[in-house]
Amino acid sequence: MTAPLLSIRDLKVHFPVRTGRVIVAKYQSLRAVDGVSFDLAPGETLGIVGESGCGKTTLGRAVLQLLPVTSGAVTWLGREMTSLDAAAVKAARENMQIVFQDPLASLDPRMTAGDIIAEPLRNYHPELSRAEIARRVGELMEQVGLLPGMVNRYPHEFSGGQCQRIGIARAMILKPKLVICDEPVSALDVSVRAQVINLLKDLQKTFGLSMLFISHDLAVVRHISDRVLVLYLGKVMELATRESLYQAPRHPYTQALMSAVPIPDPAKERAKPRIILAGDLPSPLNPPSGCVFRTRCPNATAVCAEKEPVRESSAPGHDVWCHHWRE
Amino acid sequence: MSEINMAVPDQAISDAVEGRSLWQDAWRRLMRNKAAVASLVVLGLIALVSVFGPYALAWSYDQIDWDHVEAVPPSWALKHYLGTDSVGRDLLARTLFGGRVSLTVGLLATSVALLIGVTVGAIAGYLGGKVDQVLMRFVDLMYSVPLTFFVIILMVLFGRNFILMFLAIGSVEWLTMARIVRGQTLTLKHREFMEAARASGGSTAGILLRHVVPNVLGVVIVYVTLTIPQVILLESFLSFLGLGVQEPMTSWGVLINEGAAELEITPRTLIVPAVFMTATLFCLNFLGDGLRDALDPKDR
Amino acid sequence: MALLDVRNLNVRFETPDGAVEAVSDLSFTLEKGECLGIVGESGSGKSQTFMAAMGLLADNGKASGEVLFDGVNLLTAGEKTLNTIRGNKASMVFQDHMTSLTPHMRVGRQLTEVLVRHRGMDAATARDAVIAMLKRVQIPEPARRAEMYPHELSGGLRQRVMIAMSLLCSPALLIADEPTTALDVTVQALILDLIREVKEKEHTSVIMITHDLGVVAGIADRVAVMYAGRIVELGDVNQIFTAPQHPYTQGLLACTPRLDDVLGKSLKTIPGQPPNLQRLPPGCAFAPRCTYRIAACAARPPLRPAAGGGLKACVRDDIQPVRAAS
Repeated sequence: MTAPLLSIRDLKVHFPVRTGRVIVAKYQSLRAVDGVSFDLAPGETLGIVGESGCGKTTLGRAVLQLLPVTSGAVTWLGREMTSLDAAAVKAARENMQIVFQDPLASLDPRMTAGDIIAEPLRNYHPELSRAEIARRVGELMEQVGLLPGMVNRYPHEFSGGQCQRIGIARAMILKPKLVICDEPVSALDVSVRAQVINLLKDLQKTFGLSMLFISHDLAVVRHISDRVLVLYLGKVMELATRESLYQAPRHPYTQALMSAVPIPDPAKERAKPRIILAGDLPSPLNPPSGCVFRTRCPNATAVCAEKEPVRESSAPGHDVWCHHWRE
Repeated sequence: MSEINMAVPDQAISDAVEGRSLWQDAWRRLMRNKAAVASLVVLGLIALVSVFGPYALAWSYDQIDWDHVEAVPPSWALKHYLGTDSVGRDLLARTLFGGRVSLTVGLLATSVALLIGVTVGAIAGYLGGKVDQVLMRFVDLMYSVPLTFFVIILMVLFGRNFILMFLAIGSVEWLTMARIVRGQTLTLKHREFMEAARASGGSTAGILLRHVVPNVLGVVIVYVTLTIPQVILLESFLSFLGLGVQEPMTSWGVLINEGAAELEITPRTLIVPAVFMTATLFCLNFLGDGLRDALDPKDR
Repeated sequence: MALLDVRNLNVRFETPDGAVEAVSDLSFTLEKGECLGIVGESGSGKSQTFMAAMGLLADNGKASGEVLFDGVNLLTAGEKTLNTIRGNKASMVFQDHMTSLTPHMRVGRQLTEVLVRHRGMDAATARDAVIAMLKRVQIPEPARRAEMYPHELSGGLRQRVMIAMSLLCSPALLIADEPTTALDVTVQALILDLIREVKEKEHTSVIMITHDLGVVAGIADRVAVMYAGRIVELGDVNQIFTAPQHPYTQGLLACTPRLDDVLGKSLKTIPGQPPNLQRLPPGCAFAPRCTYRIAACAARPPLRPAAGGGLKACVRDDIQPVRAAS
């Protein structure tokens, strides 16, 4: 395997949360991301799935250093990022860009599409001439399926799908090595979703990008990822290649997630067995001891409360964090 | 790339090339608001006659008609179209000149407030943390200083000065502006496009100028239309205390004061400047209302 | 007689930029104990149809046509009649479970009030009934949760409280407007099971409004597909999913990523953008995006019987029912 583009080791992002009463302030840490490790190879797409509150969005922001990292290492192209100063972080970000969930909210309503797309270019390459910037913006607009004539239009004049194309163009203009996609299609209509997924796949091929594709939608992740990482309460439950994960999920949480995804086929949907998870998501302020999933796990035993599961390989390229994956 | 090019452009989008910004949209909506348009026209007229009117009149504001050192009723023959005040100065000339002073104070002091308020508010809101704490506590401190006391200190230190009054009023009015802008910035800060700006390598100054300020401007403009009347009234108050403009210079506030004293003898010395001033204040309020509706993002 | 009979419903909104027809000429019926799935994207008019039916349109909206519920026309009924029907014989569950509950009142009290008002129960009996209902919708420790305020509950729990509230008066009709869209899949599965159970055990008629084809596949008996304010296809759930007749339905099924399809190079897509209601084309609203477009599409296609027993609003009969690869 080639050297990883991005390497995350035991990454923790904890937020201090004030829990005390009015006078005596007490702080507890909210463990949004709690010991996540993975590697990302050049040109690879890693899907990050999990439900709300699992820390997937925080993870994406932490990789970009948009949030302070509590501990752990983020190694980008062989350099440790968490100890870099602001200027060096800015320089590194030239190669890592992000696409956001809400297409309209992620675009400044007072700027034209052209200015929005050109912004990263102006920030990193102030030496470029206006004509050169306009040329590159026009070229990219065409590549993401926008008419170059729309360059002077404002975000509110575009539909949701078109806004997301602008957001994607902004992320692509610096020709980055890594794009973090944070739920890029969740806010889009079904008929536009497929267009944007295809666009991302095509751009990835054309530019040889790596992607972190963050989503709660297992079906979408399946279509775009090479490998998939399943997060629950800030911890990795399972990390495997797409084929292996979707054919034979080992972790009871992954199994429950997959059984809950509705299938648009009445016969299959009504016949399929469903694993219903008991109870609610525990608070990340006070996660369960041992395995964080044990409070809702159908297979939990005494050992799950005592010992935190470690990474075990169930098959080549398939890692699972569960005491009972063999059963 | 075949799939990408399949995207058929929206009919409406491909029609025209030039986009319509939110500002243009707001302007269009404002132009449909009759009260706001009328206010704009009236304000424009008042400003025009205040600036150019005095040149067209036979009497100047400080000129005493020595032939009639008393209140002369309106007379075309003497070219005192609205009469004179109790010492024989032309009322119309004084009112127009007073308008010039009042409007200048209103605009300049508000500009001072705008500049300081937006800068402080945006920086405090965007940077947060200690900077925010320090700046906002300073604002609180300034709030607690009584205005008249503050102005008197300034007068004592620097002597009586027209410019000083702009500074004095402006330095009080920016406090509220700063708080408003800070609040707006705090909500903006958590919008995704701000994060996007940081992720695409924007510097703090660049983000403040390019993303924060244009997006708080809508609220700021509405507040400005409410601040100008406040400033005009404040100037009258200071002049009344003898801390504002001095004779023979005048302003609407001063004129109204003088007129009020002679209300029973020559009511027109009160009515004329009062009509100008209330018309201006009304128009500014209507305009503010219209702007608020026009800029309301909920409409989008 | 059908429980709900909607005839030629039109909903118009007056906006500063001109009038918008959100729903036009919509007709369908719903039998007792039946579940009708309403599928559509944003702007298809799927929510406004039922907001109009329940008299909950925004101030600038106007509905015309007929909505007969148990023989009563809801559009002409007075506020008084509507109040005896809403939340009692017909209740709604919305997507936004946060704002649908009053924030400053304990959830137990909010639910109890419904029973006191509509059923004239005394407070103690109502309270027992509420706790029993909370237990039925699988809320753990119902007595303790009833004492909580809405913000103290998780999204899934709040939505379950909303469903409990809508079921309190054993309504004949339950309208669920994207009830699971804001929820995680595991919670969604639970809520859908709950609605299915209510439908089967109490013969409650259910209208399931959603953009998610998977959700209707699991619960609906019949499905109506809406596009730009009109029904483009209406039919039995099996027919819609196995032999869709309208090009839009076909496209929608084909472009939905699913867990059980064959992974190809790229997903099938519907080209173009969702319609802008202010600038609809004169004929078939889907025509600009349709690969089967012909000259006749310039005239508005009526909803007419299709092969397989359903209804479709498409002029062509020679479109092969294709279905997503699976």
